[in-house]
Amino acid sequence: MMELVCPAGTPASLRAAVDAGAHAIYCGFADDTNARNFPGLNFSRREMAEGIAYAHARGAKVLIAINTFPRAGEMELWHRAVSDAATLGADAAILADLGLIAHAAERHPSLRRHLSVQAAAANPDVINFYASAFDVKRVVLPRVLSVEEIATINRDIDVETEVFVFGGLCVMAEGRCSLSSYISGKSPNMNGVCSPASHVSYVEEGGDLAARLGGYTIHRTPAQAPAPYPTLCKGCFKVGARTGYVFEDPASLDASQLLPALSRAGVTALKIEGRQRSRAYVAQVVRNFRQAVEALAEGREVPVGALARLTEGQAATAGAYNKIWR
Amino acid sequence: MQLTVGPIQGFWDAGLWSAFYERLAETPGISRVVLGELVCSKRLPFYQTRLPDAVAQLLAGGKDVALTSLALITPLKRERRMAAELAAMELEVEVNDLTMLAYLPEGARFSVGPLVNVYNEGTLAVLQRRGAVGVCLPPELSAASVQRICAATDMPVEVWGWGRLPLAISGRCYHARYHDRAKDQCQFVCAEDPDGLAVDTLDDQQFLAINGLQTLSGQCANMAHHLPSLRQAGVASLRLSPQTTGFFEVIDLFADLTSGRIDAEEFCAKALPHAPGGAFCDGFLDGPTGVAWSGARGEVRTQPAGTP
Repeated sequence: MMELVCPAGTPASLRAAVDAGAHAIYCGFADDTNARNFPGLNFSRREMAEGIAYAHARGAKVLIAINTFPRAGEMELWHRAVSDAATLGADAAILADLGLIAHAAERHPSLRRHLSVQAAAANPDVINFYASAFDVKRVVLPRVLSVEEIATINRDIDVETEVFVFGGLCVMAEGRCSLSSYISGKSPNMNGVCSPASHVSYVEEGGDLAARLGGYTIHRTPAQAPAPYPTLCKGCFKVGARTGYVFEDPASLDASQLLPALSRAGVTALKIEGRQRSRAYVAQVVRNFRQAVEALAEGREVPVGALARLTEGQAATAGAYNKIWR
Repeated sequence: MQLTVGPIQGFWDAGLWSAFYERLAETPGISRVVLGELVCSKRLPFYQTRLPDAVAQLLAGGKDVALTSLALITPLKRERRMAAELAAMELEVEVNDLTMLAYLPEGARFSVGPLVNVYNEGTLAVLQRRGAVGVCLPPELSAASVQRICAATDMPVEVWGWGRLPLAISGRCYHARYHDRAKDQCQFVCAEDPDGLAVDTLDDQQFLAINGLQTLSGQCANMAHHLPSLRQAGVASLRLSPQTTGFFEVIDLFADLTSGRIDAEEFCAKALPHAPGGAFCDGFLDGPTGVAWSGARGEVRTQPAGTP
């Protein structure tokens, strides 16, 4: 069965995801070391220890994301996170920074290392490099690849691959994007946030609701219509005489219909995005995906559309996976 | 402070490309040139046969020369072949995707480009152990990070000095998407916008620019005001990013600025007409945002047109 890797932003979400059938939980410490560094989210050391005990008692793994890029001169914070992940008995650390990966391999060789999507390792050669140089055991693939490309990669590597199947969709190579800090000063790489809520404003103007990020208008919707969150790369902009979603429509990722293809492509683990999501949301998505991977493992058909209502009225897309980007 | 000319980010007409490097080879003030295809592997065949001549001219002109890798190497055969061919050349490679580390022979000297995530001294030390001899830091870094990295390394450190900033790279082509074409049938439409195609907000705020798979800043980065602090930090060179018009004027102005013949104010006034997008930014260094422009602060400096 493909492994289901599920998000937990809080201890309650971790327990909910484990109870709903997650094979593994990924989560982070409550500081700059993880890429979902939102107020009120994430785990203290004590909560992490309790979460690991809860998951292990029920046969689930805990993967700790330490996947931002350490600030120059302040690497100690990230080194401590890796050391604590090892001490607390995490099943793996999810890392992005080359220096931090080298540090972890040297100082904590027994802590399993996964390469974060933030490292944007998009081809077999670079994955083999990380495997041979730092004994990385699994790579989370960027969301810019098609299923065929994922199959190509799996043919040429020996490490496991994990792919995102549900939730937020990055259209840029992850970890290679500074759009958010360009207009807000805060970025996924440095601060663990993208298009941060602290920089969002909604203003009613002439019957429209303008959604702005750092003062830049990302959307304009009629006042009564639902206004999508102003995620920068899903905004509506002007290019020449045309107006539209220049980078991507305000859609979220749903690759549930591609699970058989991803399985054939040799994928080991399926990842659900959303450490910032509610416990109820996480539980429901996990339950649905657990049914889907069980059906697939038993040769039954994957249930259709069970997850549609969870995209919360937003359009869903299979992103690059089904090759429409080509 | 030395000056480096970075790789051309846009897709230029081959004749213009050759003329550019021919003139650059004879232009004083530039000590190093990085060339080759950074953004899209489909562009390279249009000028690949011209590369050896351009390299020879630049070397004859006394420039150090390096060839860049792609910014994002995907599993495509042609991209992996490009990486292998690049690693096999006799010239120094500027690594802009860590994939090159898999191809470069053990002990080969290489430089690290601005699209590799070097956010700290630990990462740079790992790269140095593998053969790195110089680095151009990511434009997103703060002045404090630049300072700390300079203090911790004996390698020459370069920072982005001029030009539209490389903010993101994708597997998707935004030029093709804009023209309702599939990426594989793009008909090289990005050639229509060799300096990037402006993306403005619905409220007409100048914002970004698209360049095929790449997203650039709408504003032109200009680090003139930071020259003293960058020097003090120990930065060895500034990177100037090529543009189709006015670039040689910009080089001359930078030569005047770094040699003290003009000050930053005079530089900015004279360089503004040549800035792609017609506005400056330099905020990644000292905040609060990347798009911020230090010249818009204080009572003496005036805000350039188009700056929000």
